[in-house]
Amino acid sequence: MRQFAALVLNLDQTTSLNRKIDLLARFFAEAPPGDRVWTIALFTGRRPRRQINARLFREVVLAETGIPEWLFGECYAQVGDLAETAALLLPPSSQTSDDTLTRWIERIQNSGKASEEEKQNFLRQSWAQLDRDQRFVFNKLITGGFRLGISQKIILRALAQTLEQPAEQLAHRLMGDWNPQEFRWDDLVRPKAADQDSRPYPFCLAYPLEKDPRSCPPGDLHEWTCEWKWDGIRAQLIQRSQQTYLWSRGEELVTPQFPELLPPASHLPDGTVLDGEILPWQGKATNPLTFQDLQKRLNRKKPGAATVRSTPVIFMAYDLLEHNGQDVRGKPFCERRRILETLFAKNLPESPLRLSPLVHQKSWSRLAQERSRSRTIGAEGFMLKKNDSPYSVGRKKGLWWKWKVDPLTADAVLVYAQRGHGRRSGQFTDYTFAVWDGDQLVPFAKAYSGLTNKEIQEADRWIKKHTKEKFGPVRTVEPKLVFEIGFEGIYPSKRHKSGLAVRFPRILRWRQDKLPGDADSLETLRTLLAQASPK
Amino acid sequence: MATDNHRMPRQDKILPYASPVRKNPLLSLRPEGLYCEAGDFYIDPWRPVNRAVITHAHADHARAGHQLYLAETSCGHFLRGRLGAGIHLLPLHYGEKLRHRGVTLSLHPAGHIPGSAQVRVEYRGEIWVAGGDYKVGADPLAAAFEPVRCHTFITECTFGLPIYRWPDPGTVAQQISGWWQECQQNGQKAILFAYSLGKAQRLLALLPKNAGPIYAHPATARMNAIARRSGYPLPTTDPWPTEARKAPAEGLYLVPPAIEDSQWLRQCGSHSKAMASGWMTVRGNRRRRALDRGFVISDHADWSGLIEAIAATGAENVLATHGQTHALVRWLREKGYRADNLQTPFGEEDEG
Repeated sequence: MRQFAALVLNLDQTTSLNRKIDLLARFFAEAPPGDRVWTIALFTGRRPRRQINARLFREVVLAETGIPEWLFGECYAQVGDLAETAALLLPPSSQTSDDTLTRWIERIQNSGKASEEEKQNFLRQSWAQLDRDQRFVFNKLITGGFRLGISQKIILRALAQTLEQPAEQLAHRLMGDWNPQEFRWDDLVRPKAADQDSRPYPFCLAYPLEKDPRSCPPGDLHEWTCEWKWDGIRAQLIQRSQQTYLWSRGEELVTPQFPELLPPASHLPDGTVLDGEILPWQGKATNPLTFQDLQKRLNRKKPGAATVRSTPVIFMAYDLLEHNGQDVRGKPFCERRRILETLFAKNLPESPLRLSPLVHQKSWSRLAQERSRSRTIGAEGFMLKKNDSPYSVGRKKGLWWKWKVDPLTADAVLVYAQRGHGRRSGQFTDYTFAVWDGDQLVPFAKAYSGLTNKEIQEADRWIKKHTKEKFGPVRTVEPKLVFEIGFEGIYPSKRHKSGLAVRFPRILRWRQDKLPGDADSLETLRTLLAQASPK
Repeated sequence: MATDNHRMPRQDKILPYASPVRKNPLLSLRPEGLYCEAGDFYIDPWRPVNRAVITHAHADHARAGHQLYLAETSCGHFLRGRLGAGIHLLPLHYGEKLRHRGVTLSLHPAGHIPGSAQVRVEYRGEIWVAGGDYKVGADPLAAAFEPVRCHTFITECTFGLPIYRWPDPGTVAQQISGWWQECQQNGQKAILFAYSLGKAQRLLALLPKNAGPIYAHPATARMNAIARRSGYPLPTTDPWPTEARKAPAEGLYLVPPAIEDSQWLRQCGSHSKAMASGWMTVRGNRRRRALDRGFVISDHADWSGLIEAIAATGAENVLATHGQTHALVRWLREKGYRADNLQTPFGEEDEG
């Protein structure tokens, strides 16, 4: 634990990417192999199952510190992290533990079967053995969510440095839902062929196009392929050894959630991996259903037959990553697309497995014109892929671009503010915005992003000075500030007071030039709703 | 230094949860600031007034434009440095008593920064103390906080939550020198953000001598010079390299947080950034500012310091101002104090 806690502390104490990679590489070279695997697991979001719930954890902290619950709540609101709050509040300790990270995780895992009282004792005894930095790590392990600003990319670069192997290969070996208790360091260094079946490839991602291609084209149109950008769940469909696996971009195995995709997938030749999008789509309809419809299908282990009937999904194939068991990611996109088309040659148009249609236009300006149709067919805009581009790992500039339609916008008044979490803890960064309904302000969107750090500071100071009421962590503020809010879609909603819901709202600009009275009305939003809905 | 050890007259009992703000309180808020009607003076007013008693020379407490400034002697030097030599200043020693319109006024060490004072106001047997900003921990320069018995204590509350528990300043000084050494080994400038008045001098006094060159930003150097003239023993620092590109590669650069986002910093080449402040207790505060290191050292009282200081005054009435007042007020009420908020524009969570 000493080594791992020091790693966490040191990683936390630098803003330099290279220094972080060096620290991790040194850890991967020196720490016990079990700890290395757990470290990879923790930093890539594979945390151990939660054994002690937040309520029990809080209770023991309260008992140990002797502070009342409301005061703990105040502290938590200030810190924004349960594990850190507890580490700051617990009485100082002079002990440190030399046991490995693996040993501590084992202990935590074993505590799952214990009685409440035993769990309480376990927490107390553990804290007694740990110093403040170790307690922070221990509490993080207990409360889950090990987000410390270390991305998978950083881990991979550090591993590549330690093992002297290409990051892409290592990335592939670390995909999927491997279990850190069974996974061995050697499996990473020398992978076994058998467990490769379910393993997806890292997704290739696109940057948003920075300039309008009409005035500043990314190149000759002939070098590019254009297709619609759909708004669903990006996924990878794997057909290997007569088995189908479906992975979401969040590296979650979602096969059982979409049973209607399995029969058509089983007709794909063995050793096929497709990149595509899961979309809610009625068999013969010309447009997809909305993202809101798709939400009925998400986070459900297995959907009921009625749900599958009312909200069926399709897999829209974008790309081919593996063909006849061969990794074809290095081939140019146009060639991968050609093979992909042969795989779909015999497919019926209403099959749940579809090929993403290409958009052909003679010029960038015609393409731009076509793009303006996006919302009416339920798309977000275009994807531009360079014909000779390989399927790269992560984001690479200049090969793939997303060219989304401009967001819908509305000017709205800030009405509630809440303190942020993690990096933004302590500051008021989570905002609720309202529009006018007659002389009433009706909340319609929450947004967390879009302001610069300077603006956040300014807004934070303003909020503290202009608070009207406090409801727990939420403050109502004087309705004075106007912001331009952008969002990708707008849908009717019964759950919201405004009667509508927006997709991916964010702050576009702080309209310091506008007064609250200049903000938009609910009526304007309803008009947007009528215009923007797919026809 | 005189301390007030005389017996306190007992006050009439008021309901435990009733607000301590009575009909004619000795000190009350006016648009100009905290006002003593009986003596017709203000304490740290934020708008120009005739008579201002200043607790310490930080900008949010010591504003320009008053007719008369009453302050502790060395605080007066800082005031002249900040507001101009032309201010009409009445210096007072700690413990020295001033009688005016039947009000007895005296200043007592607050331990916050050199020259910082608590203001004791006595009128017809009733005693109020405005603590200003204070800390109870050790400081190599500022005179130690002196508990002053009173009926009503006005306490600051910058760090009014139990998550704030200051580590030993000596240990923190070691952490800072460790980081500084590391920077020297990597050929990096060690940029340390610290308030130009108070924190900077305290750090200079705490850090090891002759460990390497220390460059004080002109704003900080000005305060250092005044501190030295006022008789505070401070090691000398090196002159600030105005041209960022020619700044020596190694050294500790002591700069006020206000230049966090400055041209100089962008141009000065390889460096590591750290801040010395109580706010560094919370990871999020450090990460948000993209600092490499955060050193927890504060010139304000931490949670237990606040509680301890309040208890030592023997006050039954407590008014809390600037910071997390609602948590402290509620906590004090649960402990049987008559406590309330006093809304002032001090601090606003910036300084620490």
